[in-house]
Amino acid sequence: MTTRDTDWDGVRLHVVTGKGGTGKTTVSAALALALARAGRRVLLIEVEGRQGIARLFDCPPLPYAERKVALGLGTSGGEGGDVYALAVDPEGALLDYLEMFYNMRRAGRTLSRMGVVDFATTIAPGLADVLVTGKATEAARRRVDGRSSSHLYHAVVMDAPPTGRIGRFLDVSTEVSGLAKVGPIKTHADTVAKVIRSPQTVVHFVTTLEEMPVQETLDGIAELQELTEGTIRPGGIIINMARPAMLDAADLAAAASGTLDVSELVVGLKAAGISDNHGVAADLMIELREHALQVALQNRERGEVLTAGLPHYELPMIPDGIDLAGLYQLAAELREQGAA
Amino acid sequence: MAPVKLDMDRLIDDRRTRIVVCCGSGGVGKTTAAAAIGLRAAERGRQACVLTVDPARRLAQSMGLTSLDNTPRRVDGVEGAGGGSLHAMMLDMKRTFDEIVEAHADPDRAAQILANPFYQSLSSSFAGTQEYMAMEKLGQLRHADEWDLIVVDTPPSRSALDFLDAPQRLGRFLDGRLIRLLTVPARTGMSYMKVLNAGFAIMTSALTKILGAQVLKDAQTFITAFDTMFGGFRERAEATYRLLQTPGTAFLVVAAPEPDALREASYFVERLDAERMPLAGLILNRVHVSPAARLSAARSLAAAEALDVHDQGDGSGPRYGLAAGVLRMHAERMNLGKRERRLAEHFTSAHPAIPVAEVVAQPEDVHDLDGLRVIGTILSQQSP
Repeated sequence: MTTRDTDWDGVRLHVVTGKGGTGKTTVSAALALALARAGRRVLLIEVEGRQGIARLFDCPPLPYAERKVALGLGTSGGEGGDVYALAVDPEGALLDYLEMFYNMRRAGRTLSRMGVVDFATTIAPGLADVLVTGKATEAARRRVDGRSSSHLYHAVVMDAPPTGRIGRFLDVSTEVSGLAKVGPIKTHADTVAKVIRSPQTVVHFVTTLEEMPVQETLDGIAELQELTEGTIRPGGIIINMARPAMLDAADLAAAASGTLDVSELVVGLKAAGISDNHGVAADLMIELREHALQVALQNRERGEVLTAGLPHYELPMIPDGIDLAGLYQLAAELREQGAA
Repeated sequence: MAPVKLDMDRLIDDRRTRIVVCCGSGGVGKTTAAAAIGLRAAERGRQACVLTVDPARRLAQSMGLTSLDNTPRRVDGVEGAGGGSLHAMMLDMKRTFDEIVEAHADPDRAAQILANPFYQSLSSSFAGTQEYMAMEKLGQLRHADEWDLIVVDTPPSRSALDFLDAPQRLGRFLDGRLIRLLTVPARTGMSYMKVLNAGFAIMTSALTKILGAQVLKDAQTFITAFDTMFGGFRERAEATYRLLQTPGTAFLVVAAPEPDALREASYFVERLDAERMPLAGLILNRVHVSPAARLSAARSLAAAEALDVHDQGDGSGPRYGLAAGVLRMHAERMNLGKRERRLAEHFTSAHPAIPVAEVVAQPEDVHDLDGLRVIGTILSQQSP
């Protein structure tokens, strides 16, 4: 094994976004496993209250507390590090914030009993966002026992809101400064923004090789650039659920254009003991043509999404569905391709 | 157990069906399904309007339109039997909100509200507001009575249920103790003292600490200015909610044959039942089937392996690579189809009475009217 650097050395906060249905949570989890090399601790954060991480790791619903959920991906040299997980909700983040900065836990409980959190999320979602992202940046900066020079977490991976909302979600200081020009929450937002806008934070985009997810990815990257003038850095593009081409390019091209000779298939089938007396070869040709069109579409969309000029990684479709073994398989792919 | 088949044409041909709501988790093809149903209904003679709430302009893309604004626009190239027509619009959340403010407050107060930073945050952010404004717009379109069928695509929210929760959330918010406390000084100066208890003092001091005095004051100003409109908001939201419970509404839960999407679909089905919302069925989207299903995955793989052995690899013998590749591709498709079927059966066994329509996966993305027509036809021709 080489000891080459990964593409994201020095990044402490990996924000993972993507269109719904592209497997953003799965990819976040796989990235956390891949980042957790021996002796390293990685925190995986979920922000939308879906408990997707608990389902993936097959553990009970995550509380608002950092829990160890898995061992990182090991190497031939030994076990991986530790992956912790945390489900952040605005209410818990508010209590944390009050305790950490004002030592006001009791007041916090009163606030939440009086519906302040409901109030904040309803009337000013920007406030809820700054509390949630604040928790992630706090974890990313946290030191072992407070003052030591080493960070508690080697990296934090955030399973963030979908592409359509990511710009606003991360642009916390703008969102909050619309509400508060001065004051503690503004100061807090500015601190959070500083971390998010530093080279320590990148935003990865998960997409499948379909038209709309690819379009949303390109739109999302452009929106992030526009909203934050490039101060929030796009990370990599992670192509998920790619289906491998099962035939060579020439055969696929011929199949897509309908010029492939069915007799070659019939001969092959016969050699394998499958006689063609029920037109099975013709039916397989129909299937092959669909496969060829799909591969062509994937190639087209891959070309399209790579116009963004970002580093990219490609994860295969796991045919049996995602379980723990599948997650480690994806983690190994990410590490292999240099993402972690 | 085989599920009951959904009879889509009967649903959209029935003039009593006035609203179709497509719901489900993100990325399952809700927008495409909504557009396909709207188009088919229009071509079968309905005055259909498709309302989409998606900021990614997916409907625009899938309908071949270049722009959609907050007003329903007629879709060209759709001439339905007996004068059927198709309109489509994409929700502009902020504009919808502004229009409500302008329509329900006097000009001075409206200007005050529109300029308030809290209003601006509330009206342009996504959480909750989008769902609420979708309900509002649906109510408006229904009320306008220009269309006899409205097909709605629900927002890509964190949970498909947010759409249903929007009115209650607004109600809970308005009835919340905090709101009442914040608005007390404006309502009645005198009784202010009565509520100035210990909890309130802690709360205001904490809020001031966190937010700063100015933010609290802005919030108070906003709520006070908004106060008179609150009742109207809640009433309309509740009216739309009740409208969704009437038999003229049909909910279609859209899912892909994947664990997460089907779990969400199950959850939604149970929730609709609990809320007494009329569920018409499940659309199971992007199902993989094979025209050569009689050739099993196991047999295909064994045959492919046999060919590998035959193949000399030096070009001397016949070329079996094509057949081996095709057999492997077929085995993969069969396995995928089998897995999807198993997942769908889990759903069906939990919800045996729910009619299902399956849409086979299309080799290419749908992005024009012809593509939508194909989906509409598949939806309507569910062989028994």
